[in-house]
Amino acid sequence: MTTPVGEEGGIAPGEATDVIGSRPVAAPRARTVDNALFEYLLRLGDDRLVLGHRMSEWTGHGPILEEDIATANIALDLIGQAASILRLAGEVEGAGRDEDALAYFREGVQFRNCLLVEQPKGDFGDTMVRQFLFDAHSVLIWDALARAGHGSLAAIAAKALKEDKYHLRHSSEWVVRLGDGTDESRARVQHSLDALWRYTGELFDHDAVDAAVAADGIAVDPSALRSRWDAIVNDVLARATLTRPADGTMQIGGRRGRHTEHLGHLLTTMQIVARSHPGATW
Amino acid sequence: MLDRTRVFEILGTVPDPEVPAISVVELGIVRDAAIAADGAVTVTITPTYSGCPAMFEIEKDIRMALTAAGVPRVEVRTVLAPAWTTDWIGPEAREKLRRYGIAPPGKADQGGLVTLTRAHAPVVCPFCGSSETELRSEFGSTACKAIHVCRSCRQPFDEFKAI
Repeated sequence: MTTPVGEEGGIAPGEATDVIGSRPVAAPRARTVDNALFEYLLRLGDDRLVLGHRMSEWTGHGPILEEDIATANIALDLIGQAASILRLAGEVEGAGRDEDALAYFREGVQFRNCLLVEQPKGDFGDTMVRQFLFDAHSVLIWDALARAGHGSLAAIAAKALKEDKYHLRHSSEWVVRLGDGTDESRARVQHSLDALWRYTGELFDHDAVDAAVAADGIAVDPSALRSRWDAIVNDVLARATLTRPADGTMQIGGRRGRHTEHLGHLLTTMQIVARSHPGATW
Repeated sequence: MLDRTRVFEILGTVPDPEVPAISVVELGIVRDAAIAADGAVTVTITPTYSGCPAMFEIEKDIRMALTAAGVPRVEVRTVLAPAWTTDWIGPEAREKLRRYGIAPPGKADQGGLVTLTRAHAPVVCPFCGSSETELRSEFGSTACKAIHVCRSCRQPFDEFKAI
């Protein structure tokens, strides 16, 4: 028996090949969807990886012991979620990269996180306002993905949703406590909110990647979540006696690798050990 | 060669590394165990939280316990669905948690996405039984625990938080 060309071990003439994975690809359409899904997963994963790193910057520096522990816990959840998402991204890409390769061996321009999450942690109010704006969006994303059509992604989403509901309650409570607090705390978180608001538009920005994964039933169009996010944010800001800033010019670019200068500094810290000692285990 | 019941008995002796009062079976982390014709065992586990740092330790402990019992080959695989819930912790394990000083979890929240106020029943102090307790933080010494203080006996204590 001889193996005919085109079956296992051979590639039929004219068949598309995936150069990176060096294996045959069945249908060009599936590849297009996979490319979009890979990009989409990088966005989801990088948001949580970068925000998780920012949160971890509070470890050992929390304003009170309970918050030192809380921020470390939240960082751990976010980095755990990022690991699951980036692992899946690596599988979808099919180029042999795992979550560590994607986290530690990409350059800043290859990161797809939104600009909101890479902003410096600032003071505790800045951190909590940023976390609240993100959490309110994150629970909506997970809720939608948990019910969408991609099995592995839906499983990650259902798990992460449970965790993020705790995060959202925590960050909401702090926004209310600081906003409806002293004159000093109120003025400072209003300033945090005003400064961070320009990065919220990117959460709802959508492009061809979003359209492709939405059309395939894998994910939702981010712009579809806007009204529900508005409802959560407006409710908490009202309880906090804070003023919702006007929607001025929104800063975007992170989804296409155009970041603020802060990401590069974050990555040097996050990646140095893995890059100085590649393959190290302990 | 071990049967499934015996495998679960052995796994029932593997304590959770962070909450050693209960086993990884009682915690609901072990979802399944399959025994192959040659005696090899595949154990399916699920993490409590996405970033739970104890998962590597748990996997190692499971391997060690089964290998010690003579299982020729142990495979541990991780699944995420269905997502772990504290509702899987049975009444006996809840009593063990209480005796260990950890208030057992209430019913997992099935409600809406945004729950700014907590509606669940008061958490009972595992030391004196008082319901006069106060939540300090929903994030405790591990991802799965919240911190409370008892107003009656003044004892701070952990609650296994419902999820």
